[in-house]
Amino acid sequence: MPDFLIYALLGGLGVAIVAGPLGSFVVWRRMAYFGDTLAHSALLGVSIGFLLDINLNLSVIICCVGLALVLVALQRQRMVATDTLLGIMAHSALSLGLVAVALLEIRVDLMSYLFGDLLAVSPQDLFWIYGGGIAVLLLLKLLWQPLLAITINEELAHVEGVNVPLIRLILMLLIAVVIAIAMKIVGLLLITSLLIIPAAAARRLARTPEQMAIGAGVIGCLSILGGISLSWYFDTPAGPSVVVVSLALFIALYSLPTKQQA
Amino acid sequence: MNQPHRHEPLIKLDMVNLHFGQNHVLQNISTELHKGCITTIIGPNGAGKTTLVRVILGLLKPDSGTIWKENNLRIGYMPQKLQVDKTFPLTVERFLKTAQNCNQEQMQAALNDVGASLLLKQSIHHLSGGEMQRILLARALLRDPHLLVLDEPVQGVDINGQLELYNLISRIRDERGCGVLMISHDLHLVMASTDHVVCINHHVCCSGHPEHVTNDPSFTELFGIKGSEQLAVYSHHHNHKHDEQGNVIPEKEHASSSNHKGCC
Repeated sequence: MPDFLIYALLGGLGVAIVAGPLGSFVVWRRMAYFGDTLAHSALLGVSIGFLLDINLNLSVIICCVGLALVLVALQRQRMVATDTLLGIMAHSALSLGLVAVALLEIRVDLMSYLFGDLLAVSPQDLFWIYGGGIAVLLLLKLLWQPLLAITINEELAHVEGVNVPLIRLILMLLIAVVIAIAMKIVGLLLITSLLIIPAAAARRLARTPEQMAIGAGVIGCLSILGGISLSWYFDTPAGPSVVVVSLALFIALYSLPTKQQA
Repeated sequence: MNQPHRHEPLIKLDMVNLHFGQNHVLQNISTELHKGCITTIIGPNGAGKTTLVRVILGLLKPDSGTIWKENNLRIGYMPQKLQVDKTFPLTVERFLKTAQNCNQEQMQAALNDVGASLLLKQSIHHLSGGEMQRILLARALLRDPHLLVLDEPVQGVDINGQLELYNLISRIRDERGCGVLMISHDLHLVMASTDHVVCINHHVCCSGHPEHVTNDPSFTELFGIKGSEQLAVYSHHHNHKHDEQGNVIPEKEHASSSNHKGCC
């Protein structure tokens, strides 16, 4: 097996495992649009990286985290409804990124940023994916109970002593980090699908939140394997192939006869 | 009304004020919640009952006034309703475990306590309104609270279930000795099973024993003669007379002669 294929598999599987549990929170807390907005800012992060001459993975993470913080602050203002705010931010961030890339005369392969370049994952990318991924998973494990508590009911969680704004902020930052490291795999236009589709598919089989989080990771891994195979044998674009396979799994799971669900 | 309390206080509110914009929702509210005592907040719609409870729970910060809480006070809160997103897979068992780490026996015991023994493995999304109320109560109990806070605990429960639930709350208080704070709309059922009533309409209109409150002129003004008449029927124990309007004529020492558990 050629090296680039091994890197692609390792990178894809690493992202899918982290995206499973976080994608579940995106589904439970209806944050799909929030994820999309962060993803759209990634190109801006790339141009900032070029401008400051720092590592591009790092600058994308900084940009996503920064935008997440701005969104949290703006949500508190309550001047504009949240979905309007997200819509403004998503497309402004993408346009700013495209304009910045043009102004700075950066030579980038736009397609690879928009739709991912799974087969071009480098060992250095793997370092970012696994470093970031392990940090995210450790925090998730540590904060699992309070995260579930605020997802069930924020007021109940507050009365029982959970610092709700802090936990909510940490969840947003974790999602920002995962989106930044996942951009290489499926590209900024398709990242949300890698978060949402496996989690939504896993919902069908899960009776507890833990089963859904792990199931989403497994379905994400299957999508990566299937997508890379499709790309290898039929020469299709890798990122979109991953999404197509996860969609097929989603449809297959929802066509199964229903058992008693939780 | 200001008798010395036999039980130690859990929470004291002193001159609490809260505005929502121009609305002065809570006006100089002072009250106390005690161990082993069932306190019920009543008042008309929009009187600030839920707001007051949210201030007590710490969900809202008052503009002025002080709230004293006993050190390490553990509150078991039963919200009015709990809407869990359908995408969130949750069984009753897993939901109870979020209260605190507890084993199978403790969970089953809590469910037996609230009369929901068969629901452990059920999905939370398939419960009826009454079942959900019981599960929320069981979860609050699993935290072994010093103070149980119930926001309209009988909403969506049929009339037999309501009586049962109030009896259950009284029993829990007797067995565990915890304080209970309830909000209620329905006047007569709750009066029978409460020790202390705080009647509010932005400010505290009157407070004290149920019998005392129903005879208070400001209560009659708030709920009308019909309301107090209805209440009198349920809270007296045929040891006093009514005047021609149906109001109870107070007798000396009457308020302490009834069969409630004697706190407040």
